[in-house]
Amino acid sequence: MNYDIVVVGGGPAGLAAAIESRKNGAESILVIERDRELGGILQQCIHNGFGLVVFKEELTGPEYAERFIDELSRENIDYKLDTMVLEINKDKQILAMNTVDGLVNIQAKAIVLSMGCRERTRGSIAIPGYRPAGVFNAGTAQRYLNMEGYMVGKRVVILGSGDIGLIMARRMTLEGAKVLVVAELMPFSGGLTRNIVQCLDDYDIPLKLSHAVTDIKGRDRVEGVVIQKIDENFKPIPGTEIEYECDTLLLSVGLIPENELSKGAGIEMDSKTSGPVVFESMETSIEGIFACGNVVHVHDIVDFVTEESRHAGKAAAKFVLEVKADNNKIIETEALSGIGYIVPQKVRINSVDDKLSLFMRVRSVYHDAKLSVKADGKEIYSVKKMHLAPGEMERIDIKKELIGENVGKLTVEVI
Amino acid sequence: MYNVAIIGAGVIGTAIARELSKFNHKIVILEKDNDVSNGSTKANSAIIHAGYDAPYNSLKGKMNARGNLIMGIVCSELNVPFERIGSLVIARSESDFETLKGLYENGMKLEIPGLEIIDVGKVMEMEPNLTEGVIGALYAPSAGIVEPWELAIAYCENAIDNGAELRINFAVREIQKKDGSYLIKSEEDQVEAKYIINAAGVYADKIYNMVADSEYKIIPRRGQYFLLDKEAGGLVKHVVFPCPNEMGKGTLVTPTIDGNILVGPDAEDLDMDMKESVNTTYNRLGNVKNLARNISDKIPYKLNITTFAGLRAEPDTDDFIIEESKQAKGFINVAGMKSPGLSSAPAIAEYVVTIIEEIDGSLDKKTDFNPLRRKRIKFEELTFEEKNELIQKDSRYGRIICRCEMITEGEIVDAIHRSAGGRTVNGIKRRTRPGSGRCQGGFCGPRVMEILARELSVPMEEVLMENRGSIILTGKTKVGG
Repeated sequence: MNYDIVVVGGGPAGLAAAIESRKNGAESILVIERDRELGGILQQCIHNGFGLVVFKEELTGPEYAERFIDELSRENIDYKLDTMVLEINKDKQILAMNTVDGLVNIQAKAIVLSMGCRERTRGSIAIPGYRPAGVFNAGTAQRYLNMEGYMVGKRVVILGSGDIGLIMARRMTLEGAKVLVVAELMPFSGGLTRNIVQCLDDYDIPLKLSHAVTDIKGRDRVEGVVIQKIDENFKPIPGTEIEYECDTLLLSVGLIPENELSKGAGIEMDSKTSGPVVFESMETSIEGIFACGNVVHVHDIVDFVTEESRHAGKAAAKFVLEVKADNNKIIETEALSGIGYIVPQKVRINSVDDKLSLFMRVRSVYHDAKLSVKADGKEIYSVKKMHLAPGEMERIDIKKELIGENVGKLTVEVI
Repeated sequence: MYNVAIIGAGVIGTAIARELSKFNHKIVILEKDNDVSNGSTKANSAIIHAGYDAPYNSLKGKMNARGNLIMGIVCSELNVPFERIGSLVIARSESDFETLKGLYENGMKLEIPGLEIIDVGKVMEMEPNLTEGVIGALYAPSAGIVEPWELAIAYCENAIDNGAELRINFAVREIQKKDGSYLIKSEEDQVEAKYIINAAGVYADKIYNMVADSEYKIIPRRGQYFLLDKEAGGLVKHVVFPCPNEMGKGTLVTPTIDGNILVGPDAEDLDMDMKESVNTTYNRLGNVKNLARNISDKIPYKLNITTFAGLRAEPDTDDFIIEESKQAKGFINVAGMKSPGLSSAPAIAEYVVTIIEEIDGSLDKKTDFNPLRRKRIKFEELTFEEKNELIQKDSRYGRIICRCEMITEGEIVDAIHRSAGGRTVNGIKRRTRPGSGRCQGGFCGPRVMEILARELSVPMEEVLMENRGSIILTGKTKVGG
């Protein structure tokens, strides 16, 4: 099997990348999706709030996905469902499998990685206690509720105030469950402000910051959850235990880009994002393999995933049409004080069209601060920010001419 | 009426069942939980000890040495992965070194093969990630690793295929002595048997109390563990122990047979009635980290995928208790199966058969005993051609359900329908590993439940995680179903 472009993952990132590469002239494109339908996690996000940037209207997750799925079929782009990619190598060969084709090798001229991310688990933060039924990752619970039609519990404690945790607090409440508390390890919430208001405040669900789950009770099904205040070193403070009688603990404790395939291919990774190191075009360290969406870094809204993925799709099309990037001048980006990471990590300045977009997350909450971009130590751009929080991704667009040709390093810091 | 009722379907009970199934005996295994291998067998260090630790003149010493020796044969007959990766006991002081010498001499008396005391250079060459300060080690090449629950499941499956019966959810509440037999009752059921084998793990003393004044007590000695992602694989290549102390063999670091890294256990004696307390605790997990620093200071806990606790069946008699009761004829205690219980299991099974033989006279060997367990297909390990051949025969092998461990639907369906098959989410996890990987069932959980519901013809809400009461879904959503 041969294709110009193979897109691994048919969620929002993969769909946007595939469509955009077709629009930019790529002929044979294949999208491979492991689930039974296209759309990825959007299909279980039945709440609204999607599309404000891309479509200037509020859509639900499935509605947002539908627009891309429809466009994919209008563009006659091939896709395979219920198909797992097992391996990718540097020569852009893909080993995939399903029940119809069996195990097949696919040769691509370019690959777009759009595998998304997975949820961190109870184990990854070593929550002590028993291991009964009733402890769910919030996203898994969301799938049970919204796609399979099953409830996962009646009295609920949620750990983690990331967006999935907040959305699930409201969703469980609407289904008649009692959400007792949302506990958050950090001294600030990891979710969007609008979600804290609409999902917790509107339903009188308390949010307890700087709290950890320190015990899970119940041998068969969860019977209780103990939360405890933690100090600045994340150590539980004795005497602050609160026990909630409940049958369910939902965990929304972070997302990890899913890069087992990327690592298997030998792609250079960034330990800060847990995603591949990418150039301005979203090309990875292997020529002709691109990556976009949550597999690169975890986004907070899908509209940004779409934009980034369109960018990657266009670049992949250019690559197969043999418009190669100019590798002569490579600028590295670096996250300085207050910044957690920057994507892209590398910029080939001659391949930037007219402006360069930098995406980043701050490490902590800031008020009345400034994001300062420096080229080799000299400020070339800055922007004032009333409010900065780790839960909200920041984007800075810089005009190409501001950067100049002979810069070695671009840095961003919070001042 | 049965000839033999075995109480407890852990690795000891199932090993005995399989050994007895070589003879014309009517056997029943009674298990209080919803699956076999659900007690101490599922939560321990998963090591087949070489056998140099326990005193050469103790039952433990003899059983461990013999158990290790025949483990390879047993595992190959039962198609259970077993690897002799070797173990190191490391010394960090002169007194540690003296302990090593003692272990070495003890091991020589038990004829443990290949034992060697090696110098620091050799140790660090074998294990470069150990914390500085090692002065030498006892190397035992015959030590190995295994999945203990798979061994018990395989023993049970093979015993059933050779005629034994298994009753799960049979918690023994009462045992009545009758003339030449015992009547064993649970809440809902009863069986009668001529002999009872008490392999009830941490509950062995309670079971024994039902027929006699128990001469021993079993203390639940808890140990807690971290299990790290396969990405941490290679941190150590052997089972690495510190020097042993009075609480046991210490907190170790070892690869698992599946390629993960296991760190633990600590040792904590619980109250006598805390025989279900397999919870981990914040302080004790922290303690395990501190203790493990004696082995390696490079353990990447950020790659932790789960923590768990297990209970050792610690007898107050120190040695294994494997004998017919003097108070109750035909009642055979196989108790106090703390470490090296797993390593000794095949030898204990043989030994128990000789005990019954002594009481009962010569045993009648079956002519049609089949020692082989049908191989469990591990899809990931097949060649490209083998995979495609299999998918053509059964397309369910073409669908990956667990992407972390690369487990196909075909493997899961097979695990459900074997003898002693998996009927719960955790039961499937123990048999084929979906949910054992880094996402801990986040992706495959709903899919495994769907397959279980379909294959067992039960509604999704009735699929259990483990024991009765461990329901996962509590009902339908308002618009669900």
